[in-house]
Amino acid sequence: MSDPNGLSRRHFLKGVGAGAIVAGSIEALSAEARAAAQAANPCVGPGAVPIKLSINGSVRELAVEPRTTLLDALRNHLDLTGSKKVCDRATCGACTVLIDGKAAYSCTTLAIAAQGRTIETVESLANGAELAPIQKAFVEHDAQQCGFCTPGFVVASEALLRTNASPDRAAVLEGLGGNLCRCGTYVGLKKACMSAGAPAKGGRR
Amino acid sequence: MSSMRMDKNWPKLEDTRLLGKRVSRLDGPDKVSGRAKYTYDQNPKDLLYAKFAWCPYGRAKIKSIDVTKAAEMPGVVSAFALRKEGDELRYAGVEVAVVAADTEERAREAARAIVVEYEVLPHNAEDKDFAAVPKEFLGKPRERKAGDVDKAFAEAEVKHTGEYGCAQITHCCLEPHGSVSHFKDDEHVAIWSSTQAISGIAEQVASISGVEAKNVEAVCHVLGGGFGSKFSLDSWDATALRIAEETKRPVKVMLERDQELMIAGSRPSGYAKVQIAATNDGTLTGWISESWGSAGAGGSSNLSLPYVFNGIPNVRLSHAGITTHAGPARAWRAPSHPQSALVTMSAIEDAAALLGMDPLALVRKNLALTGPLADTYAEELDVADRMMQWSAKWKPRDSKQGVIRTGHGLSLHTWGGGGHESNCDVRIHSDGTVDLSMGTQDLGTGTKTVVAIVVAETLGLPLEAVAVRIGEGRFPPSGGSGGSTTVGGVSSSARVGAVDAANQLFAKVAAELGAPAERLEARDGVIRVIDEPGKSIAFKDACRLIGPNPIVGHGKEDGSLMNSGVGGVQMAEVEVDSETGVVTVTKFVAVQDCGTIIDLKTAESQVFGGVIMGITSALYEERVIDPVTGMVLNPDLEFYRLAGIGDIGEIEVHMMQTERHHSRGVIGLGEPPAISPMAAVANAVANALGVRVPRCPITPREVLLALGKAGA
Ligand code: FES
Ligand code: FES
Repeated sequence: MSDPNGLSRRHFLKGVGAGAIVAGSIEALSAEARAAAQAANPCVGPGAVPIKLSINGSVRELAVEPRTTLLDALRNHLDLTGSKKVCDRATCGACTVLIDGKAAYSCTTLAIAAQGRTIETVESLANGAELAPIQKAFVEHDAQQCGFCTPGFVVASEALLRTNASPDRAAVLEGLGGNLCRCGTYVGLKKACMSAGAPAKGGRR
Repeated sequence: MSSMRMDKNWPKLEDTRLLGKRVSRLDGPDKVSGRAKYTYDQNPKDLLYAKFAWCPYGRAKIKSIDVTKAAEMPGVVSAFALRKEGDELRYAGVEVAVVAADTEERAREAARAIVVEYEVLPHNAEDKDFAAVPKEFLGKPRERKAGDVDKAFAEAEVKHTGEYGCAQITHCCLEPHGSVSHFKDDEHVAIWSSTQAISGIAEQVASISGVEAKNVEAVCHVLGGGFGSKFSLDSWDATALRIAEETKRPVKVMLERDQELMIAGSRPSGYAKVQIAATNDGTLTGWISESWGSAGAGGSSNLSLPYVFNGIPNVRLSHAGITTHAGPARAWRAPSHPQSALVTMSAIEDAAALLGMDPLALVRKNLALTGPLADTYAEELDVADRMMQWSAKWKPRDSKQGVIRTGHGLSLHTWGGGGHESNCDVRIHSDGTVDLSMGTQDLGTGTKTVVAIVVAETLGLPLEAVAVRIGEGRFPPSGGSGGSTTVGGVSSSARVGAVDAANQLFAKVAAELGAPAERLEARDGVIRVIDEPGKSIAFKDACRLIGPNPIVGHGKEDGSLMNSGVGGVQMAEVEVDSETGVVTVTKFVAVQDCGTIIDLKTAESQVFGGVIMGITSALYEERVIDPVTGMVLNPDLEFYRLAGIGDIGEIEVHMMQTERHHSRGVIGLGEPPAISPMAAVANAVANALGVRVPRCPITPREVLLALGKAGA
């Protein structure tokens, strides 16, 4: 697992885990700087390591490999299967979650890198059987068919509505532009997102 | 016992309460909240993840497979070869060896550690350019003739020649193909399968594994798309079953996106050289086509030409199938129809341009050639004309336009539909609750909602009063969901079952109401005497008279409540940037009939969805095969492009829903709206540019090539 530059996969993962250094910049560093970076960021992995994630208002402790994505941690380790895996490479948005209130692709976020951040998944939006306004709007405007892309769209819509309480058409196209649907629910999605935004009267959307 | 007095025929449109209205889908809340559990979401305890090593060439022979290293990796429980030395592989992506490990990461890594040596064999990736296809991969042409073609062309006042077609595309279900199987002991297996045909899964597991069908528990409560590609268990499911049997641990096999796009189904390409003969007034008199296409490494690529206008009196057709070394075709929403519509409607549009006619006028003039649906089309063309404002907006091809050019195109389509076999049990309990169980599945088409509407309408109850259970092999069997046959089948059996249950209930309460059972009806939450609304009993109170066991109404689809044969008209408006070649759909109109509509809301959604899928294949989709290695070059969602929310313009749908349509019986809707979009968009582009872009997807490159060739 060592490469011609003397960097191991562990160094790489440590760098990513620290959230500040990426592989390319490690390679560019001098030997001293590299040593300093290593001292500042203790190595983790390659086996499972204990991590803590703040998910949907509670702290969850689990053991995952450093290479485990947040999506796989949610789905495979915590049985939070609302977030879906479709492309697994930041193209389709089916895995969208909120990290610190912003929409993020959980398939391309490492679980270890999500420590210390606030994570909200689709499961957190409804209050028991009472759906959130955006979820009600999805049902009303039939913004789902097979439903496999739907949780990702719900979370992306929620993220949009938190920053823009009554998005116009252009804002919706942009806000939902990072998600894909195969069944073709875009017409309902547009209506749902715009109508959920319309009666903005304060309070949590 | 049950006097079948309540009429099972559909009520008149004006008498319905839920039927034909806009009803929100029942499974919506579960889907928007993430509670809906798909096959991919099943996480039984001690789960193993199966991953494959797959062939990276279009055609190759196995020299050796070594799983030793993979087998020794941490977490790996099982690793074995699926092929042996000398086996020939005929497309990229096909599985050659498997590993199962305790985490997904470990399984993936171990799959990469499998070492396979191949002898690469000559393959074929060519299906667009007929002349360039190596002879050995060319099938024998099939031919058909009618009338006197030579005479028709000799006497034709106008003759048009053109070439059209579209590439191989994939189903690209967002939930990939796969299953989770679990041997509870040597004789009992549970399987979750992402399938369009749950009722047949037990028999397939039995034939694969040797477990008796009666001991197989098969479940598919929801699935993330099928589109014709998920009718039976696949080789990868069989592999997972084998591992599950050997390890006695549950095994999850869900294809990764790359394999999903390479091997889990595709739609054949379809290309044709067409000649049309016509008179000066636009009457079509003759058709000659030489067509070809490829269903990859298996299946048929036949086209049905001339499409819709199959009454053209003089025709000569030939079609040749081509083997390409790519994942084999599976049924894809309306098999052969979208390709056939593209070829036919493009040729007709070009012929209209040659004649200097509005294609809408030419189509209207030739409607008699479409046969029994001519009146349907005539009516729908009028509606679509109004919705698109076609007559006001349409301009001939040579109109002077700037860099951004606007155009309009249209297409017609047809589909059979009908209804598949379906059975169900409708139970009325003594506490007044009602449930229905049926071995069908909901692909996202609204099956569950449709069934609930029928039962609630029949028993005079609100929708929420009916619990619908589907998606399990133990329920009364229904056919696979394909070919637009689901809603016809399930709504028929639900109606028959609910009427049977209602009649049994009437018999129980007749004495109480002092009227014969035949004179009772269920409406507005009560059972009452027909024409004597004062004499009634609340449904719940009526149910108290049922006795210790629930009433069970048996429903069986009997052919009398459905129909087949629909027509639809679609029109597209596009803008084409003649400098960049980018095509934008600005407006799209779809007019559709489908007999009795059960749920107008989900019916409209089906049409929106079909149109969007069609626009995607018109502009973006193609499975690209590397001519050198035979590897699929775009097995991912960056380069296998699906339309996004900003790519589809404004779409308007109109469902034909008068008593005349309503009284026809139920006809499915999955296929029809997905047929015409490619043709309508291609025609709109031709109208905008004054030049035919011959092939879909109409990428900027194809647009610029066509403009360059024409010097326009
Ligand atoms: S699964 Fe994460 S973006 Fe597609
Ligand atoms: S609803 Fe099926 S993929 Fe979007």
